[in-house]
Order: sequence, then structure tokens, then C-alpha cells
Amino acid sequence: MLKISNVEKTFNPGTINEKKALNGINLHIEKGDFVTVIGGNGAGKSTMLNMIAGVHPVDCGSIVIDGIDITHLPEYKRAKYLGRVFQDPMTGTAADMQIEENLALAARRGKRRTLRTGITSGERAEYKELLKILGLGLEERLTAKVGLLSGGQRQALTLLMATLKKPKLLLLDEHTAALDPKTAKKVLEITEEIVSKDKLATLMITHNMHDAIKYGNRLIMMHEGRIIVDVKGEEKKKLTIAQLLELFEKASGSEFASDKVMLSKNRE
Amino acid sequence: MEILVQLLNALPGSFSQGLIWGIMAIGVYVTYRILDVADLTVDGSFATGGAVAVILILNGCNLWLAMLIAFIAGLLAGAITGLLHTCMGIPVILAGILTQLALYSINLKIMGKANQSVNVNKTDLLVSLRWVKELAFRNPLITVGVVLLFLILALYWFFGTEMGCAIRATGINLNMSRAQGINTNFNKVLGIMLSNGLVAFSGAFLAQYQGFADVKMGQGAIVIGLAAVIIGEAVFGKIFKNFALRLLSVAFGSVIYYIVIQTVITLGMDANLLKLLSASIVAVFLAVPYWRAQYASRHMRKQKGGKENA
Ligand SMILES: Nc1ncnc2c1ncn2[C@@H]1O[C@H](COP(=O)(O)OP(=O)(O)OP(=O)(O)O)[C@@H](O)[C@H]1O
Ligand SMILES: [Mg+2]
Repeated sequence: MLKISNVEKTFNPGTINEKKALNGINLHIEKGDFVTVIGGNGAGKSTMLNMIAGVHPVDCGSIVIDGIDITHLPEYKRAKYLGRVFQDPMTGTAADMQIEENLALAARRGKRRTLRTGITSGERAEYKELLKILGLGLEERLTAKVGLLSGGQRQALTLLMATLKKPKLLLLDEHTAALDPKTAKKVLEITEEIVSKDKLATLMITHNMHDAIKYGNRLIMMHEGRIIVDVKGEEKKKLTIAQLLELFEKASGSEFASDKVMLSKNRE
Repeated sequence: MEILVQLLNALPGSFSQGLIWGIMAIGVYVTYRILDVADLTVDGSFATGGAVAVILILNGCNLWLAMLIAFIAGLLAGAITGLLHTCMGIPVILAGILTQLALYSINLKIMGKANQSVNVNKTDLLVSLRWVKELAFRNPLITVGVVLLFLILALYWFFGTEMGCAIRATGINLNMSRAQGINTNFNKVLGIMLSNGLVAFSGAFLAQYQGFADVKMGQGAIVIGLAAVIIGEAVFGKIFKNFALRLLSVAFGSVIYYIVIQTVITLGMDANLLKLLSASIVAVFLAVPYWRAQYASRHMRKQKGGKENA
């Protein structure tokens, strides 16, 4: 389904700020795989997702989705195949547009935008039903500006937008990191529900080891621009945090260093 | 008393002029508010509109066709700025300045000299300041008013279409737009084109109204446009929420601007100082949201501090 081969990325090459963010990434994801991604600060997790999404061009390697080589497609063209939710709740929605307008924009992802009306009345009814699934009361506020919503509501809406037109691959970059624990849990539950309902192939970055283990059927760990741990199936189901840390230390030869992850470990 | 009579006398004129510039201001609104870029092409494209219309009319072209071609000329001018920005990576302000400068030469070439007049006694025109006090359909207030309403409705429709929504989204959030498959570069170009089309259209009206086109007629147009947007929002922002009404408030903002200008002139202010006055007013109004935010955050901090001390 998704096949990443030998992707490398160096930021600011040839300057003192040169930074090798991806150092030969190889990843093969099957249809319906829900992969959680974990790793320390600056490990290259976001960069990997951004490469798939086309935010920055790759230095070398290739990215193929469902047999379509998207390595050199501009970001807006790949959007046809991808659903994305970002870490910052502000990023995923247009604050100054209504909830229904945001959904209508998302419903037209990958289609030519014409002079037909931007949102039909049939769509409105449909969105109302969809928003009910979130259980946040947004179905009563279709014409409210998204800027008025809380971070959690915005993330839930972004999730709905990302999956409104079923994407081939869903990319979640710490999409609950900016939320309070209770809201984060709720958004994660909604995520789980949507992903399993549509059997979406998903890549979810998280800094919470507990979540990384709890959700999905596969877990990968990144370090210095490489994927160093890849756990699937039964093994993944039985994984514990202690085992995970051990795996990491063995594979990387260093301590797991992430202030964020340490915090979430303490919470457990 | 005499001054009051003078003011009342000048009112229809300022009103008409305000409405004509109101079309230009709506063009500025499209870039400044919807697309969230400051496009300085307008100073040039406004004169382009006037120049194109006057030359076509002098050559016997149908008046409405001349207006349409002026609009298209504006679209092209906007396309240049848009492409300089998106394809050549030039910051949009600089791209606008470059186009504006280039247009100065082009406008001279279109007219063959620095200004061209059209005499309303010899040629049919759509609007003329001669008619501002007539109770007739050709009164510019009626002609421009009707066209303005039509344009507002057309824009209201357009920004509700899939294409229009994509332009709005591009102006609000580039990352989100791309993630939703919107070609943001294309939409920026489209928005800047539409804006300059409206600006040139307005220039075509003004040239007929005043009876001539001049290469310098657009000088400071961006400031007038911004002033109209800001005044319109300040005065009507609380009551006009609907998009069509917001566009209308921009046109009203322009009318208010011209009435104020006319008033200070009538009261004896040196006309040479007008541009200084306009620039100062716009500068202050642009600063207000910034000051307000600063004040609010300081206020918040104080309140918080107060609570902690208590
Ligand atoms: N646009 C950019 N320009 C320059 N350097 C960048 C850019 N994006 C990322 N980097 C660098 O690349 C490295 C990998 O960053 P990335 O954001 O992928 O890490 P991450 O694994 O997502 O970390 P975190 O957990 O902190 O989000 C970091 O050293 C970062 O500073
Ligand atoms: Mg990251």
C-alpha cells in the first residue's frame, strides 16, 4: 500500500545548520495497518510524515502509494490520497470559515473546484449526521466559525475532515499533544473509532508510550533519522513499556531521550 | 452658513466619487482581507483601467465593452503580480511594486502621452461629473450604484462557489488548504487577478467621470482602498456580518472617506496636505488592532498578577 524506499532528507545542506533528518527510511505499510510511531525529540518522525505529505521534497528515494509514485507530486496533488491531522489545532482548519464550510472544503479534496456551489443543502444534512458521531454537540453549530471552537473540538473536526473522503493513508502527527489529558483521550477514542470503521491505513506519531502500545497493530520507533524498532502483530499486543525501552536501548545503543516521553511515562 | 451650503453642494459629487472608488476598495478588500496579502499593483492597474477605457471610447468602442476590456486588462496586471510572486518567489509587496512600476510605462504607451481626455459633449459616456445633480437615470449615483450592487452580488455568489471557497481558504490557512488539495499558488494568482480586475474597472469609471485618464490617477489608490476598508469595518463592522453586507460597508467606507476629504477641503485645509492626512489616518487605524492586542495582554497580565498578590 505505502512503500517508502531509501528516503533521505538533509535540511540546510552545506551550511552550519546542516541537519540530516532522515537517514535512509524504508517502510512498507499494508492496507488497514494502524502504525504508531514513537521516538525522541528530533528523531525525524514529523519529517517522515512531511515527506509523505510533500511538505518538503525528498533528497533521494521514493514514495509509492497504492502503486502510484507520489515522490515528486506537489503537496496539494498528493492530498487526494492523504488525510492529515497536525499537532497544532490551529493548522488543520480554516478558523474564519464555518464548520460546514470547512467540511465542504474537505469533501472536495482531490476534485477539481468549479463554479458550482461550495456547499449543497444535501451536504449540510450529511455533515450534521457525521458530526453527531463526535458527540461534541457540533451538529448544532454547523454555521459557527471554527475559530470559536476549543482545541479538542478543532482536532476532532480536523479528523473528520481528514477522513471525510476516505484517504488511502491517514497521517496523524501528535494530534493530541496540545490537548489536556481528558480531551486527548476523547480525541484518541474518536480516532480509533473512525480508523477501525473505515479500516484506514494510518501512521500516528505519539509521544505517549502507553498510547503507542494501546493503539494500532504495529509500532515503529525512530532514532536519528532511522527506523530502529518495528513490532507487529502478537508481539505488539503483548508489549510493555519496559520492553519497549529495552528494545530501544539495544537498537540505538543509547538511553531513550525525550522530555515529553519521560513525562508521559511518569503519568502511567 | 455659507460653508454648509458649499458642503451640501459638494455632497452629490463626493458621494459619486466615493462609490466609484468604492469598487476599487472592494478590489483591495479581496486581496487585503480575503487573500491576506497587501497588493500594491493597484496604483498602476487603476490607471491602466482608466487608460484602456478612454482610448477605446475615443476609438468608438461600445462603452460597456470598453469597461469589460478595462476589467480584463486589470486581470492581466494582477496575473503578472501573482506570477512574479508564486513562480519567481518574489515577496508579494515587492511583486506588486514591480508591476506597478512597469504599468507606468505601459499606461503611457496605451495613451501615447501622460493623459488623455474624453469630452462628454462630444462622446457618449457612462458617467460624468456634469450629471451629478441631475434627477435622471444617467446620474452617476444611479449608474455606479446599480453597477456596484451588481458587482457585490456577483462577488457574493463567486465566493460561495467551490472556487471562491478555495480562494478564501487559501487566504486563511495555507497549510490546511494544501492538505485539502487546494492549489494555493493558483488561488493566490486568481485572487490577485480578480482584485485588480475590479480596480481597473473602477479606474475606467473614474476616467469617464472626471473626463480624462492620467498615468498618475492611481497614485495612492492603495491607501484610499485601505482607508475605505478600515472605515467601513469600523463603522459598520458590528451590524454587517453577512459577506455581501461587508462588501457594501467597504463601499460606504469609501463614500465616508470622500465626504470627510471634501469637508476638510471646504473648511479650508491646504489640498496639498491631503495625502499626508490620508496616510496618517490609515497608519493610525492599522495600528489600532495592534495596540488593542498589546493593551489586552498587558491588562491580562496585570489582572493575573493582582490575583497572585492577593
Ligand atoms: N524545516 C526544517 N528546517 C530545518 N531543520 C528541520 C526542519 N524540520 C525539521 N528539522 C530538523 O530535523 C530534525 C528532525 O525533526 P522532526 O521534526 O522530524 O523531529 P520529530 O521526531 O518530529 O521530533 P519531535 O518529537 O520534537 O516532534 C530536527 O533536528 C529538526 O531540527
Ligand atoms: Mg514532531
